[in-house]
Amino acid sequence: MHYFIGDLGHFFIILSFVTSLVSVFAYWKTIYAEEPTREAWRKNARVAFYVHTAAVLGVVVSLFVIIYQHYFEYHYAYSHSSRHLPAQYMVSCFWEGQEGSFLLWIFWHALIGIILIHTQKKWEAPVMVVFGLVQAFLASMILGVVIPLIDLKLGSSPFILLRDAIDDPIFSIQPDFIPKDGSGLNPLLQNYWMVIHPPTLFLGFALTLVPFAFCIAGLWQKEYSNWIKPALPWTLIGAGILGLGILMGGYWAYETLNFGGYWNWDPVENAVYVPWLVMIASIHTMIIYKNNQTALKTSIILTIATFVLILYSTFLTRSGILGDASVHSFTDLGLSGQLLIYLLFFTVAAIALSVWRWKQIPSSEKETSVYSREFWIFMGATLLCLSGFQVIIPTSYPVINEIGSWFGFDLRLATPGNQVEYYSRFQVWFGVLIALASGTAQFFWWKKIDKENLVKELLYPFLISLVVFALIISLGKIYKPAYLVLTFAGVYLIVSNLKVLFTVTKVNKALSGGAIAHLGVGLMLIGIMFSAGYSSVVSLNNTGMLISKDLPTEFNRDNLLLFLHEPRVMAGYEIEYLGERVKPNGIPGYVNKNHIDLTVDPYKVVATRDILFKGKKILNARDTFEINPENTFYEVELRKNGKVAAVLYPRVQINPSMGGFVASPDIERHIGRDLYTHVSLPMNREEEPEWSELTEERVPLNKPFFVNDYVATLEEVVRIHEVDGFTLDETDVAVKAKIKVKGEREEYFAEPVFLIRDKSQVGRLPSEINDLGIKITLLNIHPDTGEFSLGINTRQKDWVIIKAIEMPLINVLWLGTGVLMIGFTVALMRRFKEFSKSKQAD
Amino acid sequence: MKKSHIFALVVIAAAIGIIIANTGDASTYVSFDQAYQMASTGNNTDIHVVGDLKKDANGNIIGIEKSADKLSFSFILIDENQKEQKVYYNEPMPPDFARSEKVVVIGGYQNDSFVASKILLKCPSKYQEEKINTSSL
Repeated sequence: MHYFIGDLGHFFIILSFVTSLVSVFAYWKTIYAEEPTREAWRKNARVAFYVHTAAVLGVVVSLFVIIYQHYFEYHYAYSHSSRHLPAQYMVSCFWEGQEGSFLLWIFWHALIGIILIHTQKKWEAPVMVVFGLVQAFLASMILGVVIPLIDLKLGSSPFILLRDAIDDPIFSIQPDFIPKDGSGLNPLLQNYWMVIHPPTLFLGFALTLVPFAFCIAGLWQKEYSNWIKPALPWTLIGAGILGLGILMGGYWAYETLNFGGYWNWDPVENAVYVPWLVMIASIHTMIIYKNNQTALKTSIILTIATFVLILYSTFLTRSGILGDASVHSFTDLGLSGQLLIYLLFFTVAAIALSVWRWKQIPSSEKETSVYSREFWIFMGATLLCLSGFQVIIPTSYPVINEIGSWFGFDLRLATPGNQVEYYSRFQVWFGVLIALASGTAQFFWWKKIDKENLVKELLYPFLISLVVFALIISLGKIYKPAYLVLTFAGVYLIVSNLKVLFTVTKVNKALSGGAIAHLGVGLMLIGIMFSAGYSSVVSLNNTGMLISKDLPTEFNRDNLLLFLHEPRVMAGYEIEYLGERVKPNGIPGYVNKNHIDLTVDPYKVVATRDILFKGKKILNARDTFEINPENTFYEVELRKNGKVAAVLYPRVQINPSMGGFVASPDIERHIGRDLYTHVSLPMNREEEPEWSELTEERVPLNKPFFVNDYVATLEEVVRIHEVDGFTLDETDVAVKAKIKVKGEREEYFAEPVFLIRDKSQVGRLPSEINDLGIKITLLNIHPDTGEFSLGINTRQKDWVIIKAIEMPLINVLWLGTGVLMIGFTVALMRRFKEFSKSKQAD
Repeated sequence: MKKSHIFALVVIAAAIGIIIANTGDASTYVSFDQAYQMASTGNNTDIHVVGDLKKDANGNIIGIEKSADKLSFSFILIDENQKEQKVYYNEPMPPDFARSEKVVVIGGYQNDSFVASKILLKCPSKYQEEKINTSSL
């Protein structure tokens, strides 16, 4: 038992909680103490925050040591890790659990806090008060302390021992029991995206605190507008990183989950998407303010709303309230009360402060004209917020049901059955309007436009858009009205921003961030429209079979039952299942399961022959190599016009302790389209196969005969002296027949054994050819005619049920994502330069 | 009235419009009897019913029938009012189906049969171990 490391970690948690409160108090004093002691308080506050950061690092290191050293006496290591987990995924274990992800969030806040201390002299004290409070709330979530007398448990510590977490009889017999191995990481999370997606997302979360803290500091210190300048670059980084984190999650889902897309409008996804939209809106209103001193109040509202929505999303995903509604929220740790207090504290405090100061916030009396750039940007920001509003309402149904029940209403609102269709119906039109508004705003932004030159300015971009649009719809065969409009809006956004980009880069490259970012959004819209709207099920089974005779309707099936080596033609593709494969660790390629021998260690297997993959030898016969026995890959070949279009290896992971079966797709990537295949149902190898009745075949040597429609020949019958490693006695007689069976793709050999012991006992060892579903037994030898009697059993051949989807132009979406990120970076550099210049001027 | 006020009114109107559009056709969790009534009045899409799988005295799930080609299956669901209903689903049976404690079916009635277009499984033990594997000692 390693008690020390856990106690140390727990001590660091308590220390980080206490020091965050100390820093809040000291920074408060820095603001309100009398002049001579102020700087002393500031020093104290800084020391407190530094100690806090060190303590947080201490917690992180302690937890990591526990996971890395496989200290399974700790619940966190036991339930998230295992001995066979590759090192890079040890990192994923760290944030798989709720406690670890809170810790990650706290860690980023601490780092950002340090940066702010060193760069924001003027804002340091009020901003850090907000930071310290947030850190105290977050640290309390992992505190794991029971308050005596009232018996209130505060937070859930990651350093809890297994015996305290799980009530298992073994611990009453043997309190020091340590399991030999952990229960492992959820196989879905064993993916490289899961190594980088959570830290990126939580960095995004953490960065939303910065503009919020500046905004609160501004209201508090009556610096109603000055907070915008330092907050803007942070908002840009935050929105960029949060957006990147969200998209990484989408990309992970595309590669790992099998719902056939990258975005499922799941409540957990929506909960982060909405604050991101509002954050983007807040960037726009801040830019308006910087240009003509309007929209200050809106900027304040949106900045506060972004942070509150982040807290709300934390509450939704971690309190267990989503329960039935979401497939991937965290398990409930009993923190819902604490989470609710966290959410309400900052919501109420921020609103109260704003209301208190509202009258004093300067607001411009200027009326904005329809021809001003501010009008169009404000329009875009409003649309962003409304579109977020539409998403948050159905996402909040479980919350609305809960609140309703307090007042005695039984609302029973259910989240939409087909989420994708439901949200898309609304969001397509928001996408259109936002694209049109932001495309047009670009023209107003860079040029004074009035009634007279409006037509002149917009005419060419409009015409070019129309031409490109006509080309795309005729090539892409788009007929659906909503998609037509969305395509046009996307093209218009791209064209207008290309024009602006062209003009702006001639003047000053540093100003091109906005145009590049909007260009990326345009590309994303087009990519989303095609890949989602025009994905087609390749495995579509339009035989129109009835599910049941009781039902009047015939159904098309999206899935396809494939028997081994029996190609089926579907949607222009010929699809053939080639068998089960394993993947050697660290060697590119896949190995046929028929070509390996198992060893005592399930993680090690031996090649029975030289292994070729794509014509290249990857392993020699008798080589021992490592595999992950959880994984089976199903080789599926797709041919178009007789040529191989793709060979795909969708994966199935079987991990009983994690709920059994997990299927992940394999994707064949092309520039214009992706081919996406996943296993819907694999054959259950543990079920006994049902063999047909034995049929007898009397054959001589070297004369072809049929076995289950395959051509077979009995090649030789030889005497053997060893059966399955056992050496036979002098008196025993054993012969082995060698029967060649010609399969569709390769030749197989069956080698049944006929054995006579002690001259009287007859034994027959049948031989099975797995791929063909044949079992052959050597029944008898007829020396008089030189013939042999073979017994043949057959069974259903190996099968797999798959689903295959074609996704056109999905790469345009990923390209757009990249362009958007470049845009963010360019804009960010410009705003940081602006900010540091103004700081030098101070 | 200032333009900004008009703008604010438009935004509020849009927000109310969104609420109405969303909640107006929101589906609710119902029982099979209610679902049947809804179907007879023409409302036949996106009906949510929550229930348990039918089990025999020993706790084994009964009533699951797979089609011959394995591409679809049917099962018996018991709703909150203890009404039994055969549910058809046009997808292969999810491998963890039999482990699930609660099932949400989303779909509608066709004649007297409930056809699910989507099912949600609730496996409470999925990521929470209840027993420790001591066999490895």
